[in-house]
Amino acid sequence: MDFLTLIQVLDSSVRLATPLLLACLAGLFSERAGIFDIGLEGKMLAAAFFSAAIAYMTGSVWVGLLAGIGSSIVLSLLHGAASITFRGNQLISGVAINFLAAGLTVLIAQSWFNQGGRTPSLMGGGRFEGIELPFALGPKDAEATGRSLSELIAEAGPISQLYSELISGHSILVYIALLCVPATWYILFRTRFGLRLRAVGENPAAVDTAGISVIGLRYAAVMICGVLCGIAGAYLSTALQAGFVKDMAAGRGFIALAALIFAKWRPWHALYACLLFGLLQALALRSDVVEGLVRVEVPVQVLDSLPYVLTVVILAGFVGKAIPPRAGGEPYVKER
Amino acid sequence: MTDQAPAIELKGISKAFGPVQANKDISIRVMPGTIHGIIGENGAGKSTLMSILYGFYKADKGEIFIQGNKTEIPDSQAAIRAGIGMVFQHFKLVENFSVLENVVLGAEDGALLKPSLAKARFELMRLSEEYELNVDPDALIEEIGVGMQQRVEILKSLYRKADILILDEPTGVLTPSEADHLFRILRGLKEEGKTIILITHKLREIMDVTDTVSVMRRGEMTATVKTAETSPPQLAELMVGRKVLLSVDKQPASPGETVLEVKNLSVTDEDGVQRLKNVSFTVRAGEILGIAGVAGNGQSELLEVLGGIAKGTGEINLNGDAIDLTGKHSDGQTRRARGIAHVPEDRQRLGLIMDFMAWENTGFGYHNDERYQKNSLLMDNNALRADTAEKMERYDVRPPNPKLMAKSFSGGNQQKIVVAREIDRNPDLLLVGQPTRGVDIGAIEFIHKQLIALRDAGKAVLLVSVELDEIMSLSDRIAVMFDGQIMGERDPGETNETELGLLMAGVTDTETAA
Repeated sequence: MDFLTLIQVLDSSVRLATPLLLACLAGLFSERAGIFDIGLEGKMLAAAFFSAAIAYMTGSVWVGLLAGIGSSIVLSLLHGAASITFRGNQLISGVAINFLAAGLTVLIAQSWFNQGGRTPSLMGGGRFEGIELPFALGPKDAEATGRSLSELIAEAGPISQLYSELISGHSILVYIALLCVPATWYILFRTRFGLRLRAVGENPAAVDTAGISVIGLRYAAVMICGVLCGIAGAYLSTALQAGFVKDMAAGRGFIALAALIFAKWRPWHALYACLLFGLLQALALRSDVVEGLVRVEVPVQVLDSLPYVLTVVILAGFVGKAIPPRAGGEPYVKER
Repeated sequence: MTDQAPAIELKGISKAFGPVQANKDISIRVMPGTIHGIIGENGAGKSTLMSILYGFYKADKGEIFIQGNKTEIPDSQAAIRAGIGMVFQHFKLVENFSVLENVVLGAEDGALLKPSLAKARFELMRLSEEYELNVDPDALIEEIGVGMQQRVEILKSLYRKADILILDEPTGVLTPSEADHLFRILRGLKEEGKTIILITHKLREIMDVTDTVSVMRRGEMTATVKTAETSPPQLAELMVGRKVLLSVDKQPASPGETVLEVKNLSVTDEDGVQRLKNVSFTVRAGEILGIAGVAGNGQSELLEVLGGIAKGTGEINLNGDAIDLTGKHSDGQTRRARGIAHVPEDRQRLGLIMDFMAWENTGFGYHNDERYQKNSLLMDNNALRADTAEKMERYDVRPPNPKLMAKSFSGGNQQKIVVAREIDRNPDLLLVGQPTRGVDIGAIEFIHKQLIALRDAGKAVLLVSVELDEIMSLSDRIAVMFDGQIMGERDPGETNETELGLLMAGVTDTETAA
């Protein structure tokens, strides 16, 4: 495998890791506050649909993004109402949200667009395009020289290849997702809000007796979870692909949960875990590279299943003991 | 003193939970710079009253005055603002946070943590030194002992500038020396002008540290007296509403044959930690052997392995015959058949199923008895219910209704159900762990009488308790456990709390003498 191929695989890993990372951080905020959320998948799916649909109708991807975030927040609040206010079972509420989103998105898509449960393809301003960082080789250089971009990159030096292919050229959402990692770390471990958020996930009674609202903190966490899931979903339909198709979240919400456990609820480790899953997904797209490496023909289906196999392995606890936030999954009932 | 405004004055506080009147028209004045005890049995309404004061519940009626000013306390935040700090029976600490983070939580100075933590660290060191709290700000809560955890709770209140400190059953989890340390701290706080409310059901603590004591019974305040002018028997009578025997009335033991012989018993837990190290002792018929020690020094493992719940190595003989410790006969059922009955330490976890009715709970271990079989397939539940009703009558379980869930009985009555079931088995050896933990005075008296009666009937009793008073008053011989070993045996008539306390802390005989 040459250097350029490696760069291309890594580039693809970053793109595929982005929705996982956003969803994983979303789950991190929620679970650190003691609210388990297996509805990440459903929220991403709803956001993917509404951002694509609204972006198509308005022609503006930014309006689409807002719509996606809005739809995800609505589902978050539903989860919050069920599990915080009414002290219901968080797993069941999450499952319900997944079913709701899976059915509702296709139903509304069919009713609005009559294209078999998908949105029309997004073009131009309806999509997030890649951002050319300064001095990177991009489509403009290709236009200026009249040659294809891939040719230009293939001829460039390794540093230029690394910069142009791996670092430059992603959509804004990829960069936002990456910035969310240090931001999450900072919020959790360096701010008052973070201290309280972590405390409410460990021992809500301690927070309550300190005179802080347990309910307020948990709703805040669930809202942040909604925003991040919304961005993740919008990324799927308006950046990674150009439009919504049925079930396009494809289990990413669950893979993000596995990554969260793998990362033991820590932001930087969440990044590494998501990049690992992203790499596995990228390799599935490049079976030629895998065959070059292992020198055996590997069926694509096997490669496709690898992220899910890793998920099962992680959830079965083969990667060491992961201790979730102690009050996770338990509704808070005030008692002496 | 009389013209000074009380630190706290409650007027006509009432609170009902459904049909249960937890507090009835309670009025109380707590003077500043005093330690005021509130004593009462479990369920007398002490904790409810304090929860109202700390903003956890809202009173149905009544007024609260703090330092002479009428104050509304709708939530904990308001209580903290009014200068009230509370140390709950079950600590409200975040286990994987440091001491410093726990103290700062909810009392931060700004949105960023760094300046708050720096300021708190400085303040914490000062307070810790001033009141001899000996707290390490960077230690994690899960890695420090309960004594220090409790001091962190006190620090939390002091850091929030509390003038009034409420402690709810603070010594339940402490060793005698830790409790003494706590009382020294409380006296120091009092000298600084703080007002302290001590809620407890232990008469000795009231007599030791309080200036004034209020007694509660069934939601009502029955009396407020100066501690110097009262006595334990008088307080006990006010608490229970009748005369109570505080010391256990018993004749000297007349021990017979050896019933239980334990030789070199060892237990290693799942994590590979040796919990019990070569323990040997005997219990004879007609005597009570008391095992004293701070919780967690191997007593639980000893009871579990004797009761057939856990496995161990070594030798156990009952009435001269060996008991299988590791094989397939090493279980509770076989032990019962051999004549061992077991009142486990944690009745809610091992003694009862809380969501089962009383008659179902008393049936455990009797399922195969002839008298409860209707035919080869069905049980005769009516017989079981009738027997349960009879047992409940005999063991004074209140209310005597076999169809109530175990969880709806008070702690003392739950324990009586377990004791009734185990003693009625007519065992040769009774294992008892913490028989009166969380049990009110009236029930303690009753349970103690049952244990003495069993002894006098010529049975062997192995009593494990962390309450030194209980061990001293019931036992005919006392063995002290520390770190999985028996540190020594003493005659209760010839020893005292100081000597036992040293043994409990692992100080061996020679050092005691020196």
